[in-house]
Amino acid sequence: MDTILSKVEELSGENLYACYQCGKCSAGCPMVEQMDFLPNQIILLIIRGDNSVVESKTPWVCAQCYQCGVRCPKNVDITKIMEALRLLKLRKNVDYIKISGMKKNLPQIAVVSASRKYTG
Amino acid sequence: MHPASIQGEKMEVAYYPGCTLKTNAKDFEETAIKVFELIGIEFKELDKWYCCGTVYSLATDNLMYRLAGIRNLIRAKEEGYEKLLTLCSICYNTLKQANLMAKSDKEAMEKINAFMDEEPDYDGSVDVIHPLQLIDKKFYEIKERVKKPLNKKYAAYYGCLLLRPKEVAIDEYENPSIMERLIEAMGGEAINFPLKNECCGSYNVAVNREAVIERTYRIVLNAKKNGADGIITSCPLCHFNLQEMQKEVKKIHSDFSGLPVYYFTEIMAEAFGVKNEGR
Ligand code: SF4
Ligand code: SF4
Repeated sequence: MDTILSKVEELSGENLYACYQCGKCSAGCPMVEQMDFLPNQIILLIIRGDNSVVESKTPWVCAQCYQCGVRCPKNVDITKIMEALRLLKLRKNVDYIKISGMKKNLPQIAVVSASRKYTG
Repeated sequence: MHPASIQGEKMEVAYYPGCTLKTNAKDFEETAIKVFELIGIEFKELDKWYCCGTVYSLATDNLMYRLAGIRNLIRAKEEGYEKLLTLCSICYNTLKQANLMAKSDKEAMEKINAFMDEEPDYDGSVDVIHPLQLIDKKFYEIKERVKKPLNKKYAAYYGCLLLRPKEVAIDEYENPSIMERLIEAMGGEAINFPLKNECCGSYNVAVNREAVIERTYRIVLNAKKNGADGIITSCPLCHFNLQEMQKEVKKIHSDFSGLPVYYFTEIMAEAFGVKNEGR
């Protein structure tokens, strides 16, 4: 049976067991204040097989800034793990936002990237 | 005096504008074309181009979302170019990552080439570059062009996508210095700015604005405390966030006074004395 771990590993291409929970990813993540779980905690939840991780706010706050990945001493690219978690929702046709609910007067670049990351 | 730089050498380079450069970031495009021409680099806009798709898709199986990048690279190749230059940090990142995939992932490219059977096969041979990478060899020309030394202090803000993932970094990814050297070459002072490679919150501005307001506060305040008179960037989204969200920051932190945000080409135009020419 597919577990949350196997699904995330498949989508992200990352080996989550490589993580030794040093916390460097979370120390450098600029978005932690808005998250409900820190990036390293997300890894822990997935490894424990906690399916509720797909309801976490964290991957939706992640700005795909790649800071966690470049600083991880174990080469775990959490940026890709966050994308995998978003896709587990989006591919079930559950959009995180309605396009009509987006703020107004944004540059194209914000509209296109937000619709890529928040809608399926 | 400057044995390393060859004076007067001209070069042409294919230019991919991307959507935002034609609208919100028009000032960036206009000043960039002008100042690079003055230092001997002419931008040749591609005859045909499409939106790059902005943020690069990361899932192992998400090739569909990488097609737009590849198609643009094919257009550049068709027009006979080996290098493709783009100003926007997000376009740069997306096109660069798509090209790295084209170079290194044979299996993915077999699928993509088969899927886009109306297009010629693509092999990753167009190198994606950012103009800041060309500046290193142009300091002689830049200094020659300066008519009004900047005489101000600037914070060089790189954000994320010019530097990460490290495979695409235009400079040392934890401590880049190319924009600081540019500022100094034009008679300005580059301040110490530890948050120069910290994310502005990016597309969160569309839905989770509080986060971007907080980021703007932290980043601009840090620049200000270090004595900056302004911030420079090469990303239209960083520019929008850091500039526009300052109004929101002021509503929360009444003592916050803010800083102007410029594209790096705007301060070049300023220093070269061509800022408002022909507009
Ligand atoms: S930085 Fe890497 S090893 Fe450390 S907690 Fe984060 S993912 Fe795990
Ligand atoms: S990519 Fe996401 S999780 Fe990683 S540091 Fe940036 S915002 Fe945080």
